[in-house]
Amino acid sequence: MGKVFRFSDDVNTDEIIPGRYNVTTDPKALAEHCFFEVRPDFSKTVKGGDFIVAGENFGCGSSREHAPIAIKASGIKAVIAKSFARIFYRNCINIGLPIMISDELYDLVKDGEDIEVNLKEGTIKILKTGKVVKSKGFPDFILKIIDAGGIVNFLKNHDIGELEDGI
Amino acid sequence: MGTVAEEIFSMKLSRDVSAGEIVLVDIDVTMSHDNTTPLAIKALRNTGKPLYDKNRIVIIFDHVQPPASVESATLQKEVLEFIKKEGIKNFFREGICHQVLVERGFVLPGRVIIGGDSHTCTYGALGAFGTGVGSTDIGVSYATGKNWFRVPETYYFDVNGSFAKGVYPKDLILKIIGKVGARGATYKACEFGGKTIESMAMGDRLTLTNMAIEMGGKTGLIKTDKVTENYLKSRGYPYKEIVPKDPNYEKIFEFDVDDLTPQVAVSPKVDNVYPVEKYAGTDVDEVFIGTCTNGRIEDLEIVARMFKGKKLNPLLKTIIVPASNEIYFEAMNRGYIKIFMDAGAMVCNPGCGPCIGRHQGVLAPGDRALTTMNRNFIGRMGSDKGEIIIASPATAAATALNGKITDPREVI
Repeated sequence: MGKVFRFSDDVNTDEIIPGRYNVTTDPKALAEHCFFEVRPDFSKTVKGGDFIVAGENFGCGSSREHAPIAIKASGIKAVIAKSFARIFYRNCINIGLPIMISDELYDLVKDGEDIEVNLKEGTIKILKTGKVVKSKGFPDFILKIIDAGGIVNFLKNHDIGELEDGI
Repeated sequence: MGTVAEEIFSMKLSRDVSAGEIVLVDIDVTMSHDNTTPLAIKALRNTGKPLYDKNRIVIIFDHVQPPASVESATLQKEVLEFIKKEGIKNFFREGICHQVLVERGFVLPGRVIIGGDSHTCTYGALGAFGTGVGSTDIGVSYATGKNWFRVPETYYFDVNGSFAKGVYPKDLILKIIGKVGARGATYKACEFGGKTIESMAMGDRLTLTNMAIEMGGKTGLIKTDKVTENYLKSRGYPYKEIVPKDPNYEKIFEFDVDDLTPQVAVSPKVDNVYPVEKYAGTDVDEVFIGTCTNGRIEDLEIVARMFKGKKLNPLLKTIIVPASNEIYFEAMNRGYIKIFMDAGAMVCNPGCGPCIGRHQGVLAPGDRALTTMNRNFIGRMGSDKGEIIIASPATAAATALNGKITDPREVI
């Protein structure tokens, strides 16, 4: 169970972490500045196991991986959005930050409410109402990367050509 | 058979490939810069694999160059160690990555290029498939020489008509983004064609493809033609024809530029696009001309023509950053740099300049900047209480001359 931090549409990577804080590759230091300007209380109030719920096009803008790294290092368990920007989507899968796509959830939860997520089943339960929402599935080859905990972990034990078996 | 994107992937894999297919392909060029290389090196090291092919890697220092803080100097030092250790030859600090890659002949028709920078979508102006990725994807290519893609569907932008005086390709791409929306082309290849595009110089084409990402696009593309061929041959680079064959476009948008007027995109979203008249007279504190969108010689030429013999108000920060050393030299030879400095503008060394918000003109709280950048997100240029407005080089120059937002047609 975790608390929802709710964001609107088109949250960009400058909002997730402004360019001027990308002066380190240390995940903890990046997490300190996560949503630093648009939601200054975020890094102080977020707890391990919390969730981000957002509208369309989450993570648009720059290709900086500092953005999903900052979110992951904040302790966020999963980002659940109506849709993701393309580069951010790849980055999350590559670094092993769980993402889920759901059109429905956004209008069913408020900021600060509790949800329970089952990543394997792809389900999200809203504790207040008991309603369960199912997220959109991933193609098989992406599941391979997710199951390995990210592409780097995948490559530790596999050849990249093995991804093709899932294509 | 298909769109420019499908043609490139089909050629790469020597079989017919269509939109929607997931493909694993050899990457011709893997590019990253001072901001994104450190994490790419980490990713490579964590795979436990050696560098696959150092000759297909290009590293550019452009974001904060020379380094402006101990932190950025430290990260750049790490990258330099990597370059030395691995014997990477393609390392440059002579301008913005996207401009340098084009000038140095890494961007050729039919190539598949990934870059640790979202504006890698620029390379389609030369018929290459360029797309931005994160650092881990760069690390994957370091380790394997390959990466996976979903072949994108294509939105086709059919652009016809001639630009009126004072109206430029930047106004066109802003108009397009305003119409399509910041997420209107997410995952799509954005192919530009039509009479207007056919008569556009390479520099102007690069302005269009550069901003495909601002509507969510995976890449911007323009079929190759005489302009592409002449550009490449004049530099001694090989040319190959990449043109659509019976393409099936998911959507077609038609634009007529005859009646197009100068446009601005106001803070905090690139699709907040309006005719410049709406904001005419608004005070600004900074004008910045440069970036991978508009720091090329064609852009500086417009500004030089407008600044010639004029004096700018020193209370306004006017900053000009040529996109590369080559452009800087050309601007010097043509006398533009002298014109800029005589007028009172600050000319900084080639690179990303204040577009990354870390040096060369960051905004104070309450500052409003009019820039030729491609993004106006909150906090991008410094203070989150600053405001960024995007426009063409002509609108930027007119605004610098008057100290307030000005329709360039009144000045030209």
